[in-house]
Amino acid sequence: MALVVRERDLGDPPPRIVGWREAVGREGGGLVVLVILFGALALATDSFLTSGNLANLSRQWAVFGIIAIGELLVILTKGIDLSVGSVVGLSGAVVAQLLVAGFPVPVAVLCAAAAGAAVGVVNGVLVAYAKLPPFIVTLGMMGAARGLVLVITGANTIQPLPDGFASIANDTVWGIPNLFLITVVVIVLAGFLLRRTVFGRYVYATGSNAESARLAGVPVPRVLVTVYALSGLLAGIGGILLASRLDAGVPTMGETYELDAIAACVIGGASLFGAKGSALGAAAGALITSTLNNGGNLLGINSFYLRIAIGVLILLAVAFDQLQGRLSTRAARTPPAPG
Amino acid sequence: MTAPLIRLAALRKTFGGTVALHDVDLELRAGEVHCLAGENGAGKSTLIRVLTGAVRRDAGEYRVDGAPMPVALGPAAARAAGIGAVYQELSLLPDLSVAENLLIGGLPARGGVVDRRRLRAEAARKLERVGLGLDPLTPVRELPAATRQLVEIARVLGDDPRVVIFDEPTTALSGAEAQALLRRITALRGEGVAVLYVSHRLEEMFEIGDRVTVLRDGTVTRTGALGEFTEDSLIAAMVGRDVEELYPAAGARPERAAPLLRVRGLRPRGSAHAVDLDVRAGEIVGVAGLLGAGRSELLRAVFGADPPVSGTVEVDGRRVPSGRPREAVRAGIGLLSEDRKELGLLPELSIRENVSVASLLGISSRGLLSRRREADRVDKVLDGLRLRAGSYDQPVSTLSGGNQQKVLLARWLVTDVRVLLFDEPTKGVDVGAKAELYTLIGDLAARGLAIVVVSSYLPELLGLVDRIVVLRRGAVVGDVPAAEATEESLLTLASTGRSDGTGRS
Repeated sequence: MALVVRERDLGDPPPRIVGWREAVGREGGGLVVLVILFGALALATDSFLTSGNLANLSRQWAVFGIIAIGELLVILTKGIDLSVGSVVGLSGAVVAQLLVAGFPVPVAVLCAAAAGAAVGVVNGVLVAYAKLPPFIVTLGMMGAARGLVLVITGANTIQPLPDGFASIANDTVWGIPNLFLITVVVIVLAGFLLRRTVFGRYVYATGSNAESARLAGVPVPRVLVTVYALSGLLAGIGGILLASRLDAGVPTMGETYELDAIAACVIGGASLFGAKGSALGAAAGALITSTLNNGGNLLGINSFYLRIAIGVLILLAVAFDQLQGRLSTRAARTPPAPG
Repeated sequence: MTAPLIRLAALRKTFGGTVALHDVDLELRAGEVHCLAGENGAGKSTLIRVLTGAVRRDAGEYRVDGAPMPVALGPAAARAAGIGAVYQELSLLPDLSVAENLLIGGLPARGGVVDRRRLRAEAARKLERVGLGLDPLTPVRELPAATRQLVEIARVLGDDPRVVIFDEPTTALSGAEAQALLRRITALRGEGVAVLYVSHRLEEMFEIGDRVTVLRDGTVTRTGALGEFTEDSLIAAMVGRDVEELYPAAGARPERAAPLLRVRGLRPRGSAHAVDLDVRAGEIVGVAGLLGAGRSELLRAVFGADPPVSGTVEVDGRRVPSGRPREAVRAGIGLLSEDRKELGLLPELSIRENVSVASLLGISSRGLLSRRREADRVDKVLDGLRLRAGSYDQPVSTLSGGNQQKVLLARWLVTDVRVLLFDEPTKGVDVGAKAELYTLIGDLAARGLAIVVVSSYLPELLGLVDRIVVLRRGAVVGDVPAAEATEESLLTLASTGRSDGTGRS
């Protein structure tokens, strides 16, 4: 959490805008798919490009995008965070219960975000210091956190929530949904963190080869704890925003979101083997799945078919990545580099 | 004399531009133990891999019992032709039972269900051949190294091979265990099996070998009955050549009295001995020793890659907190490890990012990277090392071995490194790049760095370093000025712990 605050303190925008090649580079596939998808839907429907639908789409995308960014940080270190969906539910339940108990909105929001970050810290410590496999740690946490949600809520939906809370997610600024703006801020900050800070470079180094990174003086355990904490924090923020949007704390909130987050990262060009992927890519991946769902609704396509389409898309994204990797190693092998 | 079971003629194998084997002839007869001698990098492993079908030969003839083997010989075909191999790194699966390991390629089964009775009986039969009476259902994990070695042999013998290749089989064994293994090999010879025996331990060769073939730089320098050799003449055949011009001239280095690196009582994990080591600024100290003498472990303990059991490391009089690479880097120590891929490179990252990763704190302010400052500092160093790359933004994995080594060297040069530890710096590096690396190491010493080089290649140590510390089983058994040492004296020290009057200071 401290890290994000620090980034915000820096204030100034990055001196150099991320270049076209850098932005598109390895994750270009996702953006191309996105452009084609938008074009096709604009042609096929009258309603897709209306401001009402776009605002709706951006709200659907926002929570997925924020969670996917956190998931991406973990995936970049060759880890995985299966607990984000449960953390969404947990922070939603925490914020709702505190609001119902009469705490002011800022206090409730901060506590819920802190709860998310705390879950992440526990994940990170177990992975970094107890050296347990991330899959197992976060699988356990996924169950434990969801159980906690049910305990907190007594398995009941918590409502009504006080006035003012719902406005966080549902208001607009100059006609642009708040949720969209918040998500864009998160993406920009994450992109900045990954590309322009020492910490960001350490994240890629850790994911590329943790032992090599350690021997080069990278504080690998601290990096790991921080990425899991950030993942938890972002999932917590996602949970608060989702509760605000629904104007209720729903115990099943966020179920299977971890899979959507992983899917978004993979579609956006991230590699589960670590060190490959970008914030923009993950956000684009989340937008692709949201757009498919949105467009499917507009076209009246059975949502069962949409799930098949998204599944196929994941497979295609990974197959494309593998193929690219194989081609580049072959290119590196055939003409032996001089020297 | 019987006709040769294996016959190699004018065998040639190259990797990229490096010639690994050139014009190699070898004859292996039934009922003989044929030793293969040579230094590290002489081509022994490549020869074994050609014989077992693990790599394809480029040219030359390979016949087994008169039948020519195809160039595209695969491991399965080589096994079918009767070639078996026992390697130093055991290839058993530790979580499976002995029996399952022995029969893994064709478990006795009925309708897909393993027939445990037959499994046990067949495994017991195989174990009997190597004189092992243990329960075939014991998990391999629970067996000591020597027993695993025998299980490994039982597995190879299970294919009824006519030729068995042993690659450094005694490395992990104690003296008594090694003796038992040698007796087993002698028994195999009695059964008419042709044995190719590869070892660093000369005394073992003299004990069980009938004939020996000596490889040096990929060519056969001598071949003949072991009786024609003495230990000295065998070493001379392995070593004898002029490599002086590869190495930079010594001297002309600033010498200060106080050691820059001071190691006291350092006991690496798993070692029974504490080691003291002093290296002055401008000095290159070599560390020699046989495989398993604890050389890499010593370097890793100095750097803190593995926390040492006890002992202290000081750089320029300041104590370095032990067991933490980050602190060692901060104190000005750099380690270039032997296994570049696993313990050095960050394959997905660019060349420039690989270099800067150890010095990011120096090229950033308040956690923010300055790409321009990064490029300035990194590119200057890489240019100075004459790195051959299209662009420093390309992934580091596209570089050749020598250039990857330069990238890792550059990583430390960009930090304000004062002590550099090299573990086998020229392993997998071709000859031209080797000479360049030697020059670089010499230059670094001339600039006042304290340098430690671990190498299994003695000519390299003798040519490059000022002083050689010899390790044996984790203990320092010699500390010799390079000018007074010879390969023979170092080998003697490393294998016996005693000097023969020459070279000991």
